[in-house]
Amino acid sequence: MILEWSHSARLALEVLVNMLINVPETVVADALRGIAAAHPSLTVDVDNRVVVRRDAPVAGQVALVSGGGSGHEPLHAGFVGPGMLSAACPGEVFTSPVPDQMVRAAAAVDGGAGVLFVVKNYTGDVLNFDMAAELAEDEGVTVAKVLVDDDVAVTDSLYTAGRRGTGATLFVEKIAGAAAVEGAPLERVEAIARQVNGSSRSFGVALTACSTPAKGSPTFELPPGELELGVGIHGEPGRERRAMMTSREIADYAVQVVLEDLRPTSPVLLLVNGMGATPLLELYGFNAEVHRVLAERGVPVARTLVGNYVTSLDMAGASVTLCQVDEELLRLWDAPVNTPALRWGC
Amino acid sequence: MLDAAFMRRWMSATAAAVDREAARLTDLDSAIGDADHGANLQRGFQAVTAVLDKEAPDTPGAVLALAGRQLISTVGGASGPLYGTLLRRTGKALGDAGEVSREQLAEALGAGVAAVGQLGGAAAGDKTMLDALLPAVEALGESFPAAAEAAGAGALATVPLRARKGRASYLGERSVGHQDPGATSSALLIGALAEAAA
Repeated sequence: MILEWSHSARLALEVLVNMLINVPETVVADALRGIAAAHPSLTVDVDNRVVVRRDAPVAGQVALVSGGGSGHEPLHAGFVGPGMLSAACPGEVFTSPVPDQMVRAAAAVDGGAGVLFVVKNYTGDVLNFDMAAELAEDEGVTVAKVLVDDDVAVTDSLYTAGRRGTGATLFVEKIAGAAAVEGAPLERVEAIARQVNGSSRSFGVALTACSTPAKGSPTFELPPGELELGVGIHGEPGRERRAMMTSREIADYAVQVVLEDLRPTSPVLLLVNGMGATPLLELYGFNAEVHRVLAERGVPVARTLVGNYVTSLDMAGASVTLCQVDEELLRLWDAPVNTPALRWGC
Repeated sequence: MLDAAFMRRWMSATAAAVDREAARLTDLDSAIGDADHGANLQRGFQAVTAVLDKEAPDTPGAVLALAGRQLISTVGGASGPLYGTLLRRTGKALGDAGEVSREQLAEALGAGVAAVGQLGGAAAGDKTMLDALLPAVEALGESFPAAAEAAGAGALATVPLRARKGRASYLGERSVGHQDPGATSSALLIGALAEAAA
């Protein structure tokens, strides 16, 4: 088993992927400088790795702070702005940020109504946000936390770190952000965030592995002609490998798995999310197949979002996220949002 | 007896070992994790040696506590809080003494390892850093080389285990057959301790 592994690792090391970077060590800082240059609505602290909406703090309004490893862009910095996040804390590639970043962000955005940390359920993110919450409370900021764990590919949660946070993060950040704009108090914003997470499920497939800048080559081996079912967003292999399937077959499989876990009794929001390297042409074709399956299963779709929102570097593939919504959640989803990556109604 | 200079040698030796083995740690991590363990620890222990050079704490406990805080502030991921807590709690358990014995260090390290178990919610056999650290603490009561050997054996023994914590746990049965990167870096840490004592 060990011999087999080292053989494959050597093979992988021979293939270095071309990347549009200077050196691996500066990719995150370089991207932050680029974000600052592109989006004057954001204040970007490159040294301390904190992205804050320029008009923060907004007095009397609950502020949302999220963050996580880099490599998932536009998540999270692309979702900073009125109607969504107040600040984002990007870590190294696929590595959660450190507590100092969230403490700094919380202090910068707290408008006196408290701060909600939106945390994707990964061991590192949970530990660092927990430490940050404690430190921020010491500094007089009231902090609540919501964990996002929507990925149905992780089933055996008694014996794992639990479900991963993936596509539902976008729904949580958008809808809870809208609730904050309406002036909801911290407990209410937190409750809505939990409701969105509890009403959301995701499933992802990879058609290729992704390559981290530090490694320079694919993080796992996925030969042409095969796909990986149930991947997360960190280039970690999924639960099952199969011979390549058609868009129709993948949609049947993914929606089936999601609906086994989420049995919607009201309309859903649908996110057909690209992993980073799959063209929109393919994503839209896949979206048509997902709509077909949902129609066959009698699930009405209230709104659809198609695009690369929660990515995994240069991975090809897609994920499907469904979020069951009531009238209030749908109204909050439709409320104006003005961020670099999500903008409507303004 | 072990003084502040000894602990600084330990941290420098760890930084050097992590540098030497960074590619291997990253490869192990890419098999069952997300391919960043080597780079993250490299960044962390470089920052540790830098801050120890700058602030030069004068007790063994203060050296380890500062090293731990620096890891928490620079590494991120799970390994930052976990390794940071390990060193910080070990340092705190050593108190203000100017010199400590190997037995006292073993006891303090035991407290640090217990704190790691509590923070991460893992136990022996979950295919984590604890599988190298727990036997190392046990063997440190005997000698430094025995601790290094026990940690290395513990890391190797993670190969047939199924991961129950951290990112490798998402793989379920497919994590079997791979050596745990966290247990491997823990073995490096304890190996560096033996090096500092030699």
